[in-house]
Amino acid sequence: MTDTSTSDPLVPDAAPQASATPVVVFKNVTVSFDGPPVLNNVSFSVGPAETRVLLGPAGVGKSVLLKLANGLLRPDRGQIDLLGQEITHMSEESLFALRSRVGMVFQEGALFDSLTVRDNVGYQFIQQNLPEEKIDRRVRKALSFVELEQTFALYPDSLSGGMRRRVAIARALISQPELILYDSPTGGLDPVTSTTIIELIIKERDVYRTPSILVTHRLQDAFTLCTHRFDADKGQMVPLPKGEIDPGTTFMMLEEGSLIFDGSLHELLSSKNPFVREFLE
Amino acid sequence: MAIKNIESSAKNIVLTVQEYSLFSARAFTNLYRPPIYVPEFLIQADIIGVGSAAIVLLSGFFTGGVLALQSAATLSAFGAAAVTGRFVAMSMIRELGPVLTGVMVSGRNASSMASELGSMVVTEQIDAMRALGVDPMRKLVTPRIFACISMLFFLTIVADFFGILGGAAVTVFMNRQNGTQYFSMAYEYLRYPDILQGLIKPLFFGYIIASIGCFYGMRTTGGTQGVGRSTISAVVTSSVLIIFVDFLISQVMISLFPT
Repeated sequence: MTDTSTSDPLVPDAAPQASATPVVVFKNVTVSFDGPPVLNNVSFSVGPAETRVLLGPAGVGKSVLLKLANGLLRPDRGQIDLLGQEITHMSEESLFALRSRVGMVFQEGALFDSLTVRDNVGYQFIQQNLPEEKIDRRVRKALSFVELEQTFALYPDSLSGGMRRRVAIARALISQPELILYDSPTGGLDPVTSTTIIELIIKERDVYRTPSILVTHRLQDAFTLCTHRFDADKGQMVPLPKGEIDPGTTFMMLEEGSLIFDGSLHELLSSKNPFVREFLE
Repeated sequence: MAIKNIESSAKNIVLTVQEYSLFSARAFTNLYRPPIYVPEFLIQADIIGVGSAAIVLLSGFFTGGVLALQSAATLSAFGAAAVTGRFVAMSMIRELGPVLTGVMVSGRNASSMASELGSMVVTEQIDAMRALGVDPMRKLVTPRIFACISMLFFLTIVADFFGILGGAAVTVFMNRQNGTQYFSMAYEYLRYPDILQGLIKPLFFGYIIASIGCFYGMRTTGGTQGVGRSTISAVVTSSVLIIFVDFLISQVMISLFPT
């Protein structure tokens, strides 16, 4: 369940304890919507403190895969385990409790446009009827993580695209989730704003070690994630020494609904698969 | 080819009815299981009830006035102009009050529910709500349905009252008849089954308006064009259903309480 204790959720030592059990497991998952399969026999897992980058061109089923992982969609065949529980046939009621332990950043942010940034970020806590002061404090901490404290009382309409994504990240992080799902967090953004978002994701990865799945079609973002780390002293991301990569960040690639690659950056770069080669070039 | 199209359309209709039935049942049973969102109910009651009061009041008043105008001319040909009050009151309370209020509120609120929820669906706000562990059916649909049922009940009473008042205004100031006679005829021939019929109908109509509006909103697909399609479907379907269900209830009530 979502943490509602008095401890500060946005300090590094409050990060969830890693266990050996994978947080997400897909076993031969197939799903289709009135046509050929969008995902076909997909199998993979996400380990504790692992960041899986899901690559692929637009329309290959990347977002569908994320929604399946969170139980927002149901597979036609196969099995999906989330946080140690099989969700394939789980009732919607039971899924609500499980989903509150997962943070999700949607493609366009999906902020509630009739609510302020404060109410968007603290949405879960407002629903749980936590005291107002506590909600304010935790919202301010989450906003300070994404460096947007000044937007506390603003409405999403008055924010830029990049700021909305950062607010969406704050909303996903505030309840200290055990898994984060990023759906194209840099899609449609300019290169500078994209780098800011990727820096935040690296910061989250290195500070809290929360396992995550990140969907993107931008190779540059994927490589930045692998070749940089967050320097807490400098308060910014810095490149890893030449030849080093983040061991917890690995890649998957989808082609027309099938998972054609699952491995490290080195394996990706040395892959002989023609589709992977074409995507990389 | 034509047979295949008919088969496909028939399957779609059956599927829509099935989905609507499941949707309605879930929205209704949510009222008896926590969490119950009382603030959302009150906000919707304000939007539907207070927000629609002016149009219901005005349309009720002028409909009553038109009824008095049209009926007085016909009734006076038979020397029965004195029963104008009875005619207006019966027509408003049994039929026109509930149906007119239902259609007016449908145009205003079924459309707003479908477009609001539809926009939330296409911008992934509904998915975001589910991802945050909140049930959109409980949070958005159930409060709208119960607010619409309760508010349509009171709005119908407002429409009935102002309809009779509109009829009185025409009778007294335009037809130059006696106001006391108008009201006494309106009151004297009114029976409890008439009032019962007039107050049962808005409960059904309120349910139709909100459940259809929310149903079409929640199944919106196809971006902003889809939101437009959902809004049109919600208003058309709820308006037609209101008139159809009005016919059914009238038939049942006439069978139960014959004149």
